Amino acid sequence: MTSPTFAGRNARRFKAPSVIPGFGLTFGYTLLYLGLVVLFPLATLVWRSSGLGFSGLYHIAIEPRVAASLQTTFSIAFLAAIIDLIFGLIVAWTLTRYDFPGRRLLDAFVDLPFALPTAVAGISLAALYAPNGWFGAPLADIDVKIAFTRWGILVALVFIGLPFVVRTVQPIISELEVELEEASGTLGASRLQTVVRVLLPPLVPALLTGFALAFARGVGEYGSVIFISGNIAYVSEIAPLLIVVKLEQYDYAGATGIATIMLAISFIALLVINLIQAWSRKRFGHV
Amino acid sequence: MSAQAGQALLNVSYDPTRELYKQINPAFAADWKAKTGETIELQASHAGSGAQARAVIDGLNADVVTLALAADIDAIATKTGKIPADWQKRLPNNASPYTSTIVFLVRKGNPKGIKDWSDLAKPGVAVITPNPKTSGGARWNFLGAWGYGLDKFKGDEAKTKDLVKAIYKNAPVLDTGARGSTITFAQRGLGDVLIAWENEAFLALQEFGADKFEIIAPKLSVLAEPPVAVVDGNAEAKGNKKVAEAYVNFLYTPQAQAIIAKNFYRPAHPEAAAKEDLKRLPKIEFFTVDKTFGGWAAAQKKFFADGGVFDDIQKQEPAK
Repeated sequence: MTSPTFAGRNARRFKAPSVIPGFGLTFGYTLLYLGLVVLFPLATLVWRSSGLGFSGLYHIAIEPRVAASLQTTFSIAFLAAIIDLIFGLIVAWTLTRYDFPGRRLLDAFVDLPFALPTAVAGISLAALYAPNGWFGAPLADIDVKIAFTRWGILVALVFIGLPFVVRTVQPIISELEVELEEASGTLGASRLQTVVRVLLPPLVPALLTGFALAFARGVGEYGSVIFISGNIAYVSEIAPLLIVVKLEQYDYAGATGIATIMLAISFIALLVINLIQAWSRKRFGHV
Repeated sequence: MSAQAGQALLNVSYDPTRELYKQINPAFAADWKAKTGETIELQASHAGSGAQARAVIDGLNADVVTLALAADIDAIATKTGKIPADWQKRLPNNASPYTSTIVFLVRKGNPKGIKDWSDLAKPGVAVITPNPKTSGGARWNFLGAWGYGLDKFKGDEAKTKDLVKAIYKNAPVLDTGARGSTITFAQRGLGDVLIAWENEAFLALQEFGADKFEIIAPKLSVLAEPPVAVVDGNAEAKGNKKVAEAYVNFLYTPQAQAIIAKNFYRPAHPEAAAKEDLKRLPKIEFFTVDKTFGGWAAAQKKFFADGGVFDDIQKQEPAK
């Protein structure tokens, strides 16, 4: 079994006859569904900003304030996804490989950031990390500020991105056989060697998927961030906020322009991640 | 459809009027019932003023809009044609049945000694205000500071700009809405002073306790005139025109004016309000947007549009 986003290696070819009928029907349904739910809205977005033209988009992107917010959004989302990658792996490992009282409850907690309205997440995080909050007050004593700085954005994005990594890596970990580790151990490998050479390679594609999902979610995040970031221009202003600002001035073209730029950057980033994923699949093979 | 008894009337309003219309609506419904025998259901929708205007433009079926600034209703008028261009002349007092102003909320005892707008520009004073780009209330705050500067420096725009820039340099947070700023200041404990709607400041006192905060009234501030209008196009289509007009006119009646004063707004007809409600409102000298800035359309363009004065003020901040 490989990462859940990819069809299995024994998926059928387009025209190959199959014992189970209904391919034409399901394929048509898939196209219609994707078209209606995903592609059509995105096409509308591009269409609404198309009046700007390529040079118009370029001018929006290099406008210093927009450029600063894009940089803030993408760099912090990337950093948050890296943190989620590391800690998501640890959480997933612990939840699958160890049995302890309350494990199922803990397992359920992982999904909470999925279910929570993001504004609620933002408000609770801001309350926690504000200079008079439970975490914020002791941190303020040692002159560390989290809420209303760029660190606040990072905290929010780490929070909402964690379940993506945990949930994509978990099924793979549960399929890794303990015998592999034992074999590696009896053949004289150290613990570190076992982890790096036996356990990590099959996990890499799933980890990359989780990373990509957490990153993509972080880029588009609005609700949880605006309450904790401080929203200071050039410092802690995220691109989605600028979109709202443009809408506030009835500047639909400008707003969709920024959105289109974000879409393009995200698409390229996800494409690169997918290429690395394909490469790692080839390099490390299937489990 | 013709006028039907029992059809809901939708009032699309902005955030800080939530408490006010909760009291106005039942009073109007009772009044309407007494006069016509019809039962009218009233619905209220509250969010940021600009977002509400956009929703109406995009098709939210409002019979009446009661927003934070004339510019938002102007936008509905020009973009949908559902409100005539001269809407602000159809009702008394610039179509504002109540006014308010911008005051300062400080922590008890006023530790930073804030008395006037110029004190907000002093180094070491943390100022909490929402973002004028996303909040109608924040635009009143900005114009309050600007009008004070013009008065103090005898019309010198450059000096005024320096003052306002220093004030915004003191802002560690720019929330997206007025309520958000109130929460940042009162609940999160951030900042030394909150620039706020007068009614919002009184609500915060009521909510969080007068032992924690006090209201400081500047000598000079902006007269905030939140306007109301019937959305003719929608009301006619729904057969609600008559009741919608009765609704906005009701806001000027002694009964509604008394409720308005009770909710910390300044009533257009103070003689109808209870004396103790009026007494709490501090004496402030006002300037108006129309006189000082030549109306909302001009102010919006000069200060808050892309590339306007507010963008300029922020631009010169070095990126950290």
